[in-house]
Amino acid sequence: MSELASIIALHINREGPLLPILNDVQAAFGHVSNDAIREISQALNLTRAEVHGVVSFYHDYRTSPAPRPVIKLCRAEACQARGVDQLDVDGKGRVDIEHVYCLGLCAVGPAAMIGDKVYARIDNATLAALVEGAA
Amino acid sequence: MIIKISDDAVAVACGADAIADAFVARGHDVKRVSSWGMQWLEPLVEIDGIGYGPAGVDDVDLILAGKADSIGLIEQHPFIVKQTRLTFARAGKTRPLSLDDYYASDGFAGLAKARELGADATIETVLQSGLRGRGGAGFPAGIKWRTVADAPGSRKYIVCNADEGDSGTFADRMVMEGDPFMLIEGMAIAGHAVGADKGYVYIRSEYPHAIAKMEAAVRASAHIIAPFEVEVRVGAGAYVCGEETSLLNSLEGKRGEVRAKPPLPAIEGLFGCPTVVNNVLTLAALPWIMANGAQAYADYGMGRSKGTLPIQLAGNVKYGGLFETAFGITLGELINDIGGGTASGRPVRAVQVGGPLGAYHPSSQFDLPLDYEAFTAADGLIGHGGVVVFDDSVDMAKQARFAMQFCAAESCGKCTPCRIGSTRGVETFDRIIAGERKSENIELITDLCNTMKFGSLCALGGFTPYPVMSAITYFPEDFA
Repeated sequence: MSELASIIALHINREGPLLPILNDVQAAFGHVSNDAIREISQALNLTRAEVHGVVSFYHDYRTSPAPRPVIKLCRAEACQARGVDQLDVDGKGRVDIEHVYCLGLCAVGPAAMIGDKVYARIDNATLAALVEGAA
Repeated sequence: MIIKISDDAVAVACGADAIADAFVARGHDVKRVSSWGMQWLEPLVEIDGIGYGPAGVDDVDLILAGKADSIGLIEQHPFIVKQTRLTFARAGKTRPLSLDDYYASDGFAGLAKARELGADATIETVLQSGLRGRGGAGFPAGIKWRTVADAPGSRKYIVCNADEGDSGTFADRMVMEGDPFMLIEGMAIAGHAVGADKGYVYIRSEYPHAIAKMEAAVRASAHIIAPFEVEVRVGAGAYVCGEETSLLNSLEGKRGEVRAKPPLPAIEGLFGCPTVVNNVLTLAALPWIMANGAQAYADYGMGRSKGTLPIQLAGNVKYGGLFETAFGITLGELINDIGGGTASGRPVRAVQVGGPLGAYHPSSQFDLPLDYEAFTAADGLIGHGGVVVFDDSVDMAKQARFAMQFCAAESCGKCTPCRIGSTRGVETFDRIIAGERKSENIELITDLCNTMKFGSLCALGGFTPYPVMSAITYFPEDFA
């Protein structure tokens, strides 16, 4: 069985299986491809448009793989109050720095996340080090 | 010698793992516990009750040699002593995934009491306690439960809203990472009361630590809460899914679009079945209420705001973290006496209470008591209890524009005032900031906010006017 087929099989008998499937597909392949959308829609007896509509709604799903490593930098109010807008945000063309709104680290911001790892009290020096480490 | 270091996401993000490893490398055992919530001190090392923080790896040898500066007994720290910790009674003390620690600290006593009382008396207890939904709307939990219990239907659900997306809030995350069994126990009590045998916890994907802890805790406690069953579901990065009907659509595998109400989720919720949707903090308050009685809980608080609120002090604040206290404390006490003013040392200029949809309050409103009705009367909201402090370098026109920008980015698109109004709002603020016909454009924004407030389907479009209009009203000099 393909990896996609086993992800579908793992969740298909749950109530509301689409998001668990898409979350695993995004995690396994780094994106949700058109081929994956076709296979998922067939398995769940949904139209491709319905599945595409869900994929396009949620910020976490990408339709193509990220070209570069991604650092998610929190740009919400608490991190704004702690100076995130004054940081020198430069991925040096090797890392993409994406915005997220709130990582729940609001008293120790600015905060960032790379994969599942979280970082707090970010200043220009630590951000530059994160870019170097992620690149 | 007992060494405790938190494994909460804040502690980890501040470097707690490396410090714990350093103690282990020197031959010591380290208990990874929940966080005390004094986040300016993280990573906080606790040795036999004495605290050292914020600690670095370089401090480990000094601490072990007794030569490091300590903060004294953590339990006697003013930030802790001033609190009334009911929901966060175990914070800093227990290992989050240890059933032994949980049982040793009255764990599952509330569920046992609920089972002993029976469903009806359990609902009555929650009604009498005065517990109101902690997600923001402040709806009485007991009334919602009664509605679900009385609704016809063979299948009913408990849905825990753990999509904590408001900036400046982290209490849900701390409960899930620090005391996950308490939340599971609360859900089991709710299930028992309304006749539901299935519960879902919908956690945002930005909380990987909370997801891992909850999944482990669900597995470890399944035999205790049976026949009730809890399942963890993970979101996919949509702020609007914190709105209850949007969350239900997301759980069903749909776009997280808001549903028109009625029907209320209590009548037709998840998969069309009667559903209790409660916030993490609401459900987490239940074990204490059941174990200690409704009156004990209702004795805290003021007016119709009963019990305690876990307040989250965040942003540019000197002593930031989790501060649980009875309703009634004033905003000024919180910011100045508890929070110590700004972290930057500059004067406080504005405080946003209740997340990105909450109002910006000037210091002239610091006598406002934390009370649902008092904040509503002041054109604000308590929301989920997040308090974000800004110093005098803040540009309120920029903050007002950000509120519209955030609404545009996160709108589900279902209703026009929110979907289109937010984008027109950003454009209009751009003109104001560029100096184009300022007074006319502010009038236009005011009119737009009126439309969004009364014409939007949910709180995203409906409450975005709070930060926008409070910024214009209380900080007019930034728009002049």
